[in-house]
Amino acid sequence: MHIFWQQLLGCAMKNSFNFKKFLSLFEELGMFFLLCAEVIIATFRPPYRIKNILKEMDTIGIQSLFVVLLTGAFTGMVMALQSLNVFAKFNAEGLVGSTVAISVARELGPVLSAFMVTGRAGSAMSTELGSMRVTEQIDALYTMGVDPKQYLIVPKVIAGIIMLPILTAAFNLVSVAGSYFVAVILMGVDAGIFIDKIRYFMDPVDIISGLIKAAVFGYVLTMICTYNGFYASGGAKGVGEATTRSVVVSFITILIVDYFLTVLMTKYLPGYVLGG
Amino acid sequence: MPKIEIRGLKKRFGNNEVLKGVNLEIEEGEILVILGASGSGKSVLIKHIIGLLKPDEGSIIVKGVDITKLSEKALNEVRKSFGMVFQNSALFDSMTVYENVAFPLIEHTKLSENEVREKVREKLNILGLFDVEDKYPSELSGGMKKRVGLARAVILNPEIVLYDEPTTGLDPITTMTVNEMILDARERFNVTSIVISHDIGSAFMVADKIAFLYNGVIIAVGPPDQIRKMEDENLRKFLDTWFRKV
Repeated sequence: MHIFWQQLLGCAMKNSFNFKKFLSLFEELGMFFLLCAEVIIATFRPPYRIKNILKEMDTIGIQSLFVVLLTGAFTGMVMALQSLNVFAKFNAEGLVGSTVAISVARELGPVLSAFMVTGRAGSAMSTELGSMRVTEQIDALYTMGVDPKQYLIVPKVIAGIIMLPILTAAFNLVSVAGSYFVAVILMGVDAGIFIDKIRYFMDPVDIISGLIKAAVFGYVLTMICTYNGFYASGGAKGVGEATTRSVVVSFITILIVDYFLTVLMTKYLPGYVLGG
Repeated sequence: MPKIEIRGLKKRFGNNEVLKGVNLEIEEGEILVILGASGSGKSVLIKHIIGLLKPDEGSIIVKGVDITKLSEKALNEVRKSFGMVFQNSALFDSMTVYENVAFPLIEHTKLSENEVREKVREKLNILGLFDVEDKYPSELSGGMKKRVGLARAVILNPEIVLYDEPTTGLDPITTMTVNEMILDARERFNVTSIVISHDIGSAFMVADKIAFLYNGVIIAVGPPDQIRKMEDENLRKFLDTWFRKV
């Protein structure tokens, strides 16, 4: 099975235009959106599989927590270091905290958390569903009268939507702590000014907009990873390809969706435009 | 009235017409073996019988109901009277043997945990499996996996059991065990069985009726003795690979 991006890139690279392949892009997209619709319907239809959702929340959230915290801490630290370089030229070292806090809360927190979850949990999801597909475990679910989309995909998607904002909040927290460590403790910026500037410049909307993005990314990445796994074919090789595709397509899509969410928020979210 | 009736079943994938009008009847309590070479459309046929694939044309009547016209929800109801044993068992590898066999019970019945445990143990014991409940499928041998797969397929006491290439890739002794298992399942659970296979030896051992699928159509149906004597060229070519040796 081929997928949209691979083919789009493939067409672009070969610099050739194959009408059949071009049509199959739309088939692929159609299948993806059909699955999205089916998953939404299955979400609101009993049975509600609370136990599966909790299990997925553990896999996606708790087990990704460590890598997310690690990424968060070092992101905050390196940003503090870089912005100090610049701000020192204007004697504005006190602004380091607010700069890091705002850019992390708005952009880096949700995006990098989503990347880490894609790499850690998304790839695992895709592999799991892919091997279930090629070993006929998904067919087995159908034959036992259980809807595999509802049993396998819905809990992952719900867990993604719930856990991504939580992970992002944790990411935000440790990255500010990381920047505090570098700026205040290592480089001697005044602690009072550091915190006061964060308070002064930062609005709840900075954090809320980031958490909304995180929830959307959670939906996007779980849908892409489960889609690729669910429709994997061609044995072990096919499963590997599906996993690679899941990760690459998720990364690209997260960044594209991020841009359009920012456009929407700039227009419709009150207080989103700085100083506006 | 036959238990399952297939009429004029046609299915194509792209330009490849896999089933070109299959007609077949299966009586209650019968073991039907659908024989055919690889690529003859056997697996596609069995997937239609349990509603995993929708035909382009034709109908499949199970207990008087045409399942090709049912919604997914109604189809799930019908599927409860089916059990399917997959070629590679298709056990859930993230679950123990117990959880695998108990799965249909937990999904479709309101039995207490003790009752479920009781039923699972009973089915496993009948099939000669002891002390495997807490093992994972990866810790079992091929033959044991097949039997766990059968236990899971018959746990809801289905009326019809489908076997997808049950003996493919097994050694002769395990093959014999699986043949006995199919006959046994009919004896003990009184099921109608459909077996998809290219294993001629096993087919002649277990079948009440054999159907030979060639190039997307059934070209011969009958009891094993009759099939063995039929003169059709393609059938002969297939069967002689086995009978000439013996």
